[in-house]
Amino acid sequence: MAIKKFAVACYHTEETLFSAVDKVRHSGYKLHDVYTPFPIHGLDTAMGLKETDLHIAGFIFGLTGTSTAVGFMSWIFTSDWPVNFGGKPNWSLPAFIPITFELTVLFAAVGMVLTYCYLNQIMPGVKKHVFHPRQTDDYFVVVLELNEHSSEQEVLGFLNGTGAVETNTQIAEEGWWYGKWDEEETYELAH
Amino acid sequence: MHLKYESIVREPLVDGNKTYRQVTEDIVSPIEKKPGKMWYIGFFISLILLGFGAFSVFWEVYFGIGVWGINRTVGWGWDITNFVWWVGIGHAGTLISAILLIFRQGWRTGVNRAAEAMTIFAVMCAGQFPIFHMGRVWDAMYVLPYPNTRGPLWPNFNSALLWDVFAISTYFTVSLLFWYSGLVPDFATIRDRAKTKFRKRAYGLASFGWTGTAKNWQRFEALSLVLAGLSTPLVLSVHTIVSFDFATSVIPGWHTTIFPPYFVAGAIFSGFAMVQTLLILVRKILSLEDYITLGHIEAMNKVIVLTGSIVGVAYLTELFMAWYSQVVYEQDAFNWRIIGPYWWSYWAMMTCNVVSPQLFWFKKLRRNIPFTFIMSIVVNIGMWFERFVIIVTSLYRDYLPGSWTYYSPTWPEVGFYLGTFGLFFTCFFLFAKYFPVVAVAEIKFVLKTSGDNYKKEMLKEDEKSLEEFVHENSHH
Repeated sequence: MAIKKFAVACYHTEETLFSAVDKVRHSGYKLHDVYTPFPIHGLDTAMGLKETDLHIAGFIFGLTGTSTAVGFMSWIFTSDWPVNFGGKPNWSLPAFIPITFELTVLFAAVGMVLTYCYLNQIMPGVKKHVFHPRQTDDYFVVVLELNEHSSEQEVLGFLNGTGAVETNTQIAEEGWWYGKWDEEETYELAH
Repeated sequence: MHLKYESIVREPLVDGNKTYRQVTEDIVSPIEKKPGKMWYIGFFISLILLGFGAFSVFWEVYFGIGVWGINRTVGWGWDITNFVWWVGIGHAGTLISAILLIFRQGWRTGVNRAAEAMTIFAVMCAGQFPIFHMGRVWDAMYVLPYPNTRGPLWPNFNSALLWDVFAISTYFTVSLLFWYSGLVPDFATIRDRAKTKFRKRAYGLASFGWTGTAKNWQRFEALSLVLAGLSTPLVLSVHTIVSFDFATSVIPGWHTTIFPPYFVAGAIFSGFAMVQTLLILVRKILSLEDYITLGHIEAMNKVIVLTGSIVGVAYLTELFMAWYSQVVYEQDAFNWRIIGPYWWSYWAMMTCNVVSPQLFWFKKLRRNIPFTFIMSIVVNIGMWFERFVIIVTSLYRDYLPGSWTYYSPTWPEVGFYLGTFGLFFTCFFLFAKYFPVVAVAEIKFVLKTSGDNYKKEMLKEDEKSLEEFVHENSHH
């Protein structure tokens, strides 16, 4: 996607993280993202993120499953190959319930997981820049995006004032690419 | 918002003085070390069992289903018994991962990963039995509704056995997705602290490129909740449909409406017993006593005594209904279960499932690890006999006394069963070596609320007056 310069600040506790995110949002610096080792409730609203619509995708996939099952079984038993089971009605809806339910769940789950992978841009073979190796361990990492006008000293000074235990600047690819995780990439800013 | 408070009365879920980093270290470091001698021995035994199972199955496929002890009267024997037994075992994993998530039971975090793994491996084992029971296993795909050159000829969607095909395959798929979506962030943790090239690459691949952004975590939580919401009715439906295999027939002893709830309770009962068997060993071997605590074991024992009692009530209800119905066939079926040639299986079932779990009413016994371990095996033996009783002792004396028979398994049937133990434990040993057996991110999530050291700090909060507490924490 794009190679950019970032300012990185690591925090050790949730309290300092929340106050830092608050300060960043009031400071006018561009917040790139916040990386945490586990979900932190309230962080999304503190960052100003919207609630996800993933549930709606799940609901639509579920409905697709329901209609696929009912439609397919109805078509087979009434028009494609009607079979006489002891004189019972061909369109035996109550007997369709178990398979209809299973396909609803199957479509909803599979569809939702695929949507989730697509939205999060995750897949086997995908590589993304890790700003700090401890962001999946115990550090909460706040990343600001810098542009050609930002003063590195000023931003780092600001971040150090927010209670960060570690700060630095990094040049990195902001999106994802196909790559092997045992190989290191180095980037240079295009001028 | 930042105050994580939970009453001190509640037992901590994580013992010891843990930080986030220590949690990672405790759970991930066994993956980075060479496994111990016990692991190699266990893995080797599992492989031998798996090999013997494969040979037994080969024998059955090559010579035909006649090498099994089943006959015209007893068409379902050890194979379907084992199928129902393994599916039932799987149910506890989903109960822990899904139903307890919806009920916001914090203690699930310590045990859900291993329990879900157990579910997946148990369902894999279960699936083998109906497939090879088909006899002409090379035609197994006929159960799937795919466009074919025979018409196309479709399977009978009104058949309980076909419902089973859909139920079990959906159950396996959804459990796998649920399990793996939780594993992705933990694989990223292993990847980011990996020292060797191979581990970096392998866990990099397995972690799908997860980095843990706030938005990703938000979607992660949404996904977990919806998958839990889907899995909850799913797990109930699966054993309900398994019970339909029997209940929709007209065999005395099978044709009862009590079967679905009775089967579901029995499944959870046996599944929790298997979770106990596995976790008591895992926590000891991998030194995870701080995460899978005595409190976890006690909580699961409570589920065992509850579901065991439900199963007991179901057994008695069946007997009562047989008498109350005044149907002579129904009465005879139950009479022969109790005092017929298979009396020993009925009484093994009654003792193991109804009598012995009642000992868990005593708190001392619920918190006794060796006792729990023995009980977990007793319960699983009992639940195996339950399926044997339901299947074989309903079939061996049918409506025509001339075709009454006695059924015993032959070595390929026993070998097949042992082989699924091999499959199960081979998978479980590999899981214990290469996967984080406790959900790292989820433990960190509850650590500051339910960790031992953090709870002790909350004693200060407990001493404050209500006004003081509200004043300090209401500035949002």
